[in-house]
Amino acid sequence: MTDPVGNTSVSAIGDMLGKEPGNGRSVYYSRQYLLRGIPGRAYAERIARDLLANDIIEDTRIIGPDNYAARGLEPLSKRVVYAREPVVREYGLEVPDEELMRISSEGLLSMNLEEMKAIASYFKAPDVIEERRRYGLSAMPTDAELEAIAQTWSDHCKHKNFNARVTYTDEKGKKRVIDSLYETFIKGSTKRIRRMLGEDDFLLSVFEDNAGVVKFNDDYSFVLKVETHNAPSALDPYGGAITGIVGVNRDPFGTGKGARLIFNTDVFAFGPTDYDKELPYKNKGEKILHPKRVFGGVRKGVEDGGNQSGIPTISGGIYFNDKFLGKPLVHVGTGALMPAYINGEPSHVKEIIKGDLIVMCGGRIGKDGIHGATFSSEGLHKGSPTSAVQIGDPITQKIMNDFLLEARDRGYYRTLTDNGAGGLSSSVGELARLSGGLEVDLRKAPLKYAGLDPWEILISEAQERMTLAVKPEYLDEFMELAQRRGVESTVLGRFNDSGRFHVRYGDNTVAYLDMEFLHGGVPQWELDAEWKPPVHEEPDFGCPEDLTGTLHEMLSRWNICSRESVIRQYDHEVQGGTVVKPLVGEMNDGPGDAAVVKPLSDSYEGIAVTHGYNPNYSEIDTYHMAACSIDEAVRSIIAAGGRPDRIVFCDNFCWPDTVHDDESNPDGKYKEAQLVRANQALQRYCTGFRAPCVSGKDSMHIDFKVTDSDGNPVEKISGQPSLLMTAAAKVDDVRKCVTMDVKMPGDLVYVLGKTYGELGASEYYAMHSATGNRVPRVRLGKARSLYQSLSRVMQEELVASCHDCSQGGLGVALAESSFSGGCGIEVDLRKVPRWGIGKRDDYALFSESQSRFVVTIAPDYRDEFESMMEGNEYAMIGRVTNDKTLSIRGLSGREVVREDIYALKESWQRPMR
Amino acid sequence: MMKKPEICIMTGYGINCDYETADAFRLAGGKAERVHINDLVLGVKELERYHILGDPGGFSDGDHIKSGTVLSNRMKYKLGEQIQKFINDGKLILGICNGDQMLQRYGLIPAAGGSYGVQTTSLMFNDSGKFECRWVHIKNVSGGKCIFAKNIEEMYIPVAHGEGKFVVDSEETLQRLYDDNLIVFKYVDSEGNPANGRYPENPNGSVDDIAAISDPFGLILGMMPHPERICRLITHPQYQRIKRECRERGIPVPEEGDGLKIFRNAVDYARKNLI
Repeated sequence: MTDPVGNTSVSAIGDMLGKEPGNGRSVYYSRQYLLRGIPGRAYAERIARDLLANDIIEDTRIIGPDNYAARGLEPLSKRVVYAREPVVREYGLEVPDEELMRISSEGLLSMNLEEMKAIASYFKAPDVIEERRRYGLSAMPTDAELEAIAQTWSDHCKHKNFNARVTYTDEKGKKRVIDSLYETFIKGSTKRIRRMLGEDDFLLSVFEDNAGVVKFNDDYSFVLKVETHNAPSALDPYGGAITGIVGVNRDPFGTGKGARLIFNTDVFAFGPTDYDKELPYKNKGEKILHPKRVFGGVRKGVEDGGNQSGIPTISGGIYFNDKFLGKPLVHVGTGALMPAYINGEPSHVKEIIKGDLIVMCGGRIGKDGIHGATFSSEGLHKGSPTSAVQIGDPITQKIMNDFLLEARDRGYYRTLTDNGAGGLSSSVGELARLSGGLEVDLRKAPLKYAGLDPWEILISEAQERMTLAVKPEYLDEFMELAQRRGVESTVLGRFNDSGRFHVRYGDNTVAYLDMEFLHGGVPQWELDAEWKPPVHEEPDFGCPEDLTGTLHEMLSRWNICSRESVIRQYDHEVQGGTVVKPLVGEMNDGPGDAAVVKPLSDSYEGIAVTHGYNPNYSEIDTYHMAACSIDEAVRSIIAAGGRPDRIVFCDNFCWPDTVHDDESNPDGKYKEAQLVRANQALQRYCTGFRAPCVSGKDSMHIDFKVTDSDGNPVEKISGQPSLLMTAAAKVDDVRKCVTMDVKMPGDLVYVLGKTYGELGASEYYAMHSATGNRVPRVRLGKARSLYQSLSRVMQEELVASCHDCSQGGLGVALAESSFSGGCGIEVDLRKVPRWGIGKRDDYALFSESQSRFVVTIAPDYRDEFESMMEGNEYAMIGRVTNDKTLSIRGLSGREVVREDIYALKESWQRPMR
Repeated sequence: MMKKPEICIMTGYGINCDYETADAFRLAGGKAERVHINDLVLGVKELERYHILGDPGGFSDGDHIKSGTVLSNRMKYKLGEQIQKFINDGKLILGICNGDQMLQRYGLIPAAGGSYGVQTTSLMFNDSGKFECRWVHIKNVSGGKCIFAKNIEEMYIPVAHGEGKFVVDSEETLQRLYDDNLIVFKYVDSEGNPANGRYPENPNGSVDDIAAISDPFGLILGMMPHPERICRLITHPQYQRIKRECRERGIPVPEEGDGLKIFRNAVDYARKNLI
């Protein structure tokens, strides 16, 4: 673990004394809490353990009043002394299968038998033996080699699940073989869209770099990436989340020649924060953290990561469900901007020339984060390595990023990549594919403390490091600038075209692998998928006479209520370009649909960003879950004023384990079928909306194993399969953007899109502890036509406010638009275009049918607006009023909601204030 | 063509509002350059060449051992003489947010009676215990003495900080701020009435609602709110309402935001007095 506060203090002392302390002297940081009124030591220990410290990464010491009075708090040095001689071990793979698996699991390699066998057979080949012998290696692989292969082949890096050959059986028993979901559906749909776009193709670099790159305008390109950091955040919510956000920053930063980071996003899924049952055990004597603590820690981690890096966190969401109790989901994303060309070279292109120097920049290497890549590829279980937790330090990274952008603009390096999961082995290994080989000396790598084995140096995930291909002719200038900026930079070796991954430790070779085998040798998985649509009970409850109380209750639901307290603590204004803020409305506290940034100082062009996320629909059908997530993202972009023909997506799949096992995962085939269906929807709807995925990530083990208090397995809680679709779109003129809050009394209220009796897996049914079966569907043709019309109307600046209807449906959208704008609304549900609602006012208000908006316009624009909306399903349903009342007339003509808007707002704000 | 005042925008070590602060000075008619503090320390760049020093917001040194501490320490020990000369030459310094924290810890403001370098005020953790990003109203109470605040009455402006609670080391210091007219902006409510410590109008619990202070000559200003974030009206949170009102009244929508005035005052002053 690094001690950033200690390090800063050392440099401050250096500033004062003119020299650093030296001689092994250092500064160590600890926090002192004074507890009063504690009945005994045991209580103090519990407070320290459960509230103040995280014993995975922190030590605590309790001092009683007498000792404290006598001696105070003695300094606590966390100096790591780890003096031992580095060793290299070899592993004989000519062994029985059980032994192979033991090597895999004890070494935390996370490889299956087939993969271990593939490795064994590679090392057996005579030419491999012969070539390795020349470098002093035996026929047995070294630990460094096995680790490098394990990292490169990890699900985290190679997406073995998404690249598997899947046999899918649908509900009618029809079989279909899909050779890689990723190639077929995700990359496939993007390819198709690019073909359809032809000349108008605005994608520059997709699925081949750390992040996707698309054209912003002639001079700038936009970069987008969203990652997950789930497993580490379950162990240490704060550390996991800050490392996640600072880590995803390095993705766009490490794309092409590097990009300047312009916004962050965050979407979480937690267990309910008011969970009041006994918390389950995850280990012997060790319970999971309470969701409230997980939430608090994760939120703080994202706050510190974004704020300290000077990147506005502008868009996000929080979803609550019991199924995320043991393994929360933490999605973090970053958008960035790069000049289209730097010194005449296209900046999105990654190129390395033989002879370029391998340079590592930034922090030093320690034992932190070893096995992160393979760890995230496994379910969270007893024995999850705590060394997989690292703590990101935004300031170290910010200093490095500032330096690298300077070096980029001076043309000192050709390209760069980040050291994330898999450490140097992944970063150097990936870059070397561009030149066709590499040779590095790990002995040159700067370490936090001596005594690391070469394999540890190779795969350590110590944070805040980038690996660069520095142009040899600029090395001196590069190193001089690095020194001036206080960023440690070290030449580790050279890129070459040998076709080999050659790693030395001083004079000794510790790894020598064929690049083709390293990157292409992983055997393809074979998976079975069987789809049987679940059938849920239809709820049976009557429609309340008066829906005012129901609306209050809906607004207070965890999945609907205000997130203001979270958003406030993110600096969403830094960089001075946030033009549509995450909080909008008369009092800056309404729920914006999409945020918009204006990244260039002298241009009104902007980027809208939002997401679609509906894990609950997976309870019925992941196909519609995915379709609705896509639609939600697109309509939120449209609602803010983004261009419908310039939307790009980053897809994040978080899924339970889909590899069938009779004992440990009996419904694996069903979960794989859910995955297939979500991908089918992704292909259909992304293509349909002409909104391509440009980057993505999967996290395939959102399972949590519950144990009894002795640590014996009890059950498995699998998270809801979820697809987060993060969307970004070009805005031609941010002055034309529209927010969701009503603007002026007298304006006309419209609902666009049709309301169906689609309450399956809705928030309203959830309130009645029901799921139902009629999940919302996306009618593609109608949605597209509506989005195009609405977008044109917005360009003409006819729209005063526009809010998309999502969770909680029309009722919640009307209430939010009204109280955020500080004006009443008066509407008549009889005018709402609808089907399958019957006489149910509650269904009309809370159905979650997709592709709908609540729009208000000034009365004098009525004719123009309606003529431009022609051909779509829409209706004027009422008007904005001068009093502060929301009044909704039901399907029988009777008033079913009448309430003061600020009373409704209070219900919406109270839960998470 | 009129000569443009040159502005040194300090960068490095986690300062992060440097781009937009430079942009604000540029919009105001100055020539702003982002300069890494180490380049000043090593003599690659000379502070003397500039007319205005801008200390932008950010998280210099991660706010470790309190915000602005390590940066002010570095400035004092490594650049102290250059900065003293800069001040003696009657040049301008603007510290925003983290820059304000740095200036106060350095003691360049309020520096009552010319005691530059002696810290008498500070910025502590917000009373809310949280970092908060929100818009506030501030009112100019300087009586025209601070050159940055000329012709400004009130402003709607964002704050974004966790350590913004202004405190003084003694009652005498506070009295001196009033006597010497060193308080520039105070937090007020939307009607312009004193916030009187009320949250969130006074977003952090600052003593006497103090949001910004200056040195005795009104040439060094430290403020917690971020004027660089509202140099264009488009970043105003009520932009769409303002636009609607303008349309109803048949007048064009302004482009400029209130914050720009602070930078323009500085640039205009520098052009008249320092070039």
